[in-house]
Amino acid sequence: MTPAPSRLELRGITKRFPGVLANDRVDLDVRPGEIHALLGENGAGKSTLVKIVYGVLQPDEGEIFWEGARVEIRSPHRARRLGIGMVFQHFTLFEALSVGENIALGLEERLERGRLERRIREVSESYGLPLDPGRDVHTLSVGERQRIEILRCLLQSPRLLVMDEPTSVLTPQEVDRLFATLRRLAAEGCSILYISHKLEEVKALCERATILRGGKVVAVCDPRVESARSMAEIMVGTAIRETARPATRLKRAPRLVVDRLSLAPESPFGTPLREISFLLRRGEIFGIAGVAGNGQDELLAALSGERPVAEPGMIRIGEARVGRLGPAARRRLGICVIPEERNGHAAVPELSLAENALLSAHARLQLLRLGFVRRRAVAAFARRIVERFDVRTPGIEVTAGSLSGGNLQKFVVGREILQNPEILIAAQPTWGVDAGAAAAIRAALLELAERGTAVLVISQDLDELLGLTDRLAVIHAGRLSRSFETRQVEIGRIGMLMAGVEEPVPAEAG
Amino acid sequence: MEPIVATTVSVIAAATPLLLAANGELVAEKAGVLNLGVEGMMLVGAVSGFAVALTTGSASLGILAAALAGGVLALLFGLLTLGLMANQVATGLALTIFGVGVSSLVGAGYVGTPVARLPRLDLPGLSDLPVVGPLLFGHDALVYLSVAMVALTAWFLHRTRGGMILRACGENDEAAHALGYPVIAVRFGAVVFGGVTSGLAGAFLSLSYTPMWAEGMTAGRGWIALALVVFASWRPWRLLIGAYLFGGVTILQLHAQGLGLFAVPSQVLSMLPYLATILVLTLIATGSGRGRLDAPACLGKPFHPPA
Ligand SMILES: Nc1ncnc2c1ncn2[C@@H]1O[C@H](COP(=O)(O)OP(=O)(O)O)[C@@H](O)[C@H]1O
Ligand SMILES: [Mg+2]
Repeated sequence: MTPAPSRLELRGITKRFPGVLANDRVDLDVRPGEIHALLGENGAGKSTLVKIVYGVLQPDEGEIFWEGARVEIRSPHRARRLGIGMVFQHFTLFEALSVGENIALGLEERLERGRLERRIREVSESYGLPLDPGRDVHTLSVGERQRIEILRCLLQSPRLLVMDEPTSVLTPQEVDRLFATLRRLAAEGCSILYISHKLEEVKALCERATILRGGKVVAVCDPRVESARSMAEIMVGTAIRETARPATRLKRAPRLVVDRLSLAPESPFGTPLREISFLLRRGEIFGIAGVAGNGQDELLAALSGERPVAEPGMIRIGEARVGRLGPAARRRLGICVIPEERNGHAAVPELSLAENALLSAHARLQLLRLGFVRRRAVAAFARRIVERFDVRTPGIEVTAGSLSGGNLQKFVVGREILQNPEILIAAQPTWGVDAGAAAAIRAALLELAERGTAVLVISQDLDELLGLTDRLAVIHAGRLSRSFETRQVEIGRIGMLMAGVEEPVPAEAG
Repeated sequence: MEPIVATTVSVIAAATPLLLAANGELVAEKAGVLNLGVEGMMLVGAVSGFAVALTTGSASLGILAAALAGGVLALLFGLLTLGLMANQVATGLALTIFGVGVSSLVGAGYVGTPVARLPRLDLPGLSDLPVVGPLLFGHDALVYLSVAMVALTAWFLHRTRGGMILRACGENDEAAHALGYPVIAVRFGAVVFGGVTSGLAGAFLSLSYTPMWAEGMTAGRGWIALALVVFASWRPWRLLIGAYLFGGVTILQLHAQGLGLFAVPSQVLSMLPYLATILVLTLIATGSGRGRLDAPACLGKPFHPPA
């Protein structure tokens, strides 16, 4: 018997963007019923490659074979007719439309509404992915939203399902459920091309892995026998410096006290903060875990001073009651903040690095004199950030927006750390940055805590929090759970709290 | 009875141009394009319709010309904003200024010349009924078209696949593109439709409401139409309510002026519809924040598909 042809085979796929070679003669083959991982750092070209497979982008060179026959995938419509389904990294959902409409938009078949809703119910029940076709998308959680994307694919019985970083927004339980679905699909003969940063997941799920670096294939391996570390090193191309497990620092004096902090949401879809209490001690790293959209943004805005809160005493720095102070006044008292969104929140993309350095550091570093900018001091500070944090940039006069995500993040983190804050609050500090930069950022946070700064990390990445923090708590629906000592915590418990299964008990402020 | 019927008929007439223009703008905005050139497109429609109807003697040709002129202007807007990524707000304002200028240039020779009013579509028997006759069966074609257009738009947007794709393009352009829908083409279509109906709204003014040409005769109705779209929270049937409400305010102030009611200067009364517009927009903007959510998420945002 001759072996069955590959479900999908790419030969010599090359894709250029202005100034970037995103894919460089990439070969890839995915066998029938196989779960195949596509690995690589940020910017390695993974999303570009799968967009070519789905017909969103056209390759400049190279050939695509589908079940042994050469094909040209000119549009997503063509891809879907071939039997290719795709769950995008950035969801392709329409907030104001219903679940049913969102699914219909991803189908080639035109079903009238009643039949479509019946089909959605059937398939969603059979795969254990409950979803109500009549609901509007903006009322759904992130996990439910992803279900829409998956159902959209399942409804057309795909023979290849592409998933671009599907788990970055899910709770551990949701991840388990997703894996169960994917394994079942694979058992039914559907091939899966699975893109992820999370190497432990890849080891648990995938049979083969193709690793990209700088747009080129650098290895094809079996993730079940490789270690996560060895795969990470192939991805990055160098040995990775691991951050040491922090020593416990539990009994020190509190620096920041948050006392029954409540805040109404700004938009109707925001999350209200409900009586959040915690303390942050000098020299410790405290983590707040949780699925996106559970009040993290509101908490950050309340702590940074972007949104003043009702009572000055709800937020205290030492003796100072700062709840009604604005961001600059709080910075003077020692709080520095790294917001999650780099472009537009942490940095102004249109301004130069030097100007961006000035924006957040002028209060603490006296970069203004009589209202005039001390240009030389600003430039010196910006240069110091670039050097100390290994920001790869042609200079400090280039705009922040022209830096890659990882480099800009290093710049933003460096800018705050070099202000010697008493308290540092970081939201998703390594979100979307590659493994090398992430390790550098984590090391910098640990070093800062070592020197006595109180550090708060708000993150959706539980693994990161487990590796970095001394204590952690979970935020869900605007409430904060009690805090746990990280060394002793049970992951299952945290997962339940993240999913909102166990009602969190508000912690006492002391 | 008689004066009430007459007043209602004039309310319908005052509402019709608002309804036509707002309906077109609603479709464009649903697709994600904000065209502030409604006033300009209405003026150009008004003058083209008038000129063609006058020279050919055919009202139908006039209406056709108005629709065409509005469509051409919208096409220009589309080329600039969708093709060349020009800023939509600036281009829309420029379009209005351009429309004001061009229409007064073309219309200079026509000022003060009367033209035959659009014929009513009388239905023998029905139109002669008391009350119901003049209210429902005594209007010209554009009045019926304006209402039919609302029904058609509501059906298209919410009951057809095409309408669903159009809304998807206005809601999340990147996602629509990633799923394989031609975002730019859909937006072009929606913008041109908006231009055509704005042109028709202009034709109604110069051929039916006051059958003549006067410079700037739209008198800000294009802006009211824009406000109505927000007032209606982008829903066609609410547009109908809004347009008739504003038509009502317009007629009310006219009557109040005519009767010398209230001891206020007539200028103040003429301000009423515009004040109402500002009031409504303020209420919507402050009330519970719902207004922002009804707006298509990509409204006014340029979209550049990656190659
Ligand atoms: N539409 C685009 N225009 C220009 N450059 C792009 C575009 N999309 C991706 N790139 C660039 O191509 C490279 C690969 O990106 P991507 O495929 O998104 O990487 P990954 O998914 O592995 O993180 C990056 O350098 C990125 O900046
Ligand atoms: Mg990617």
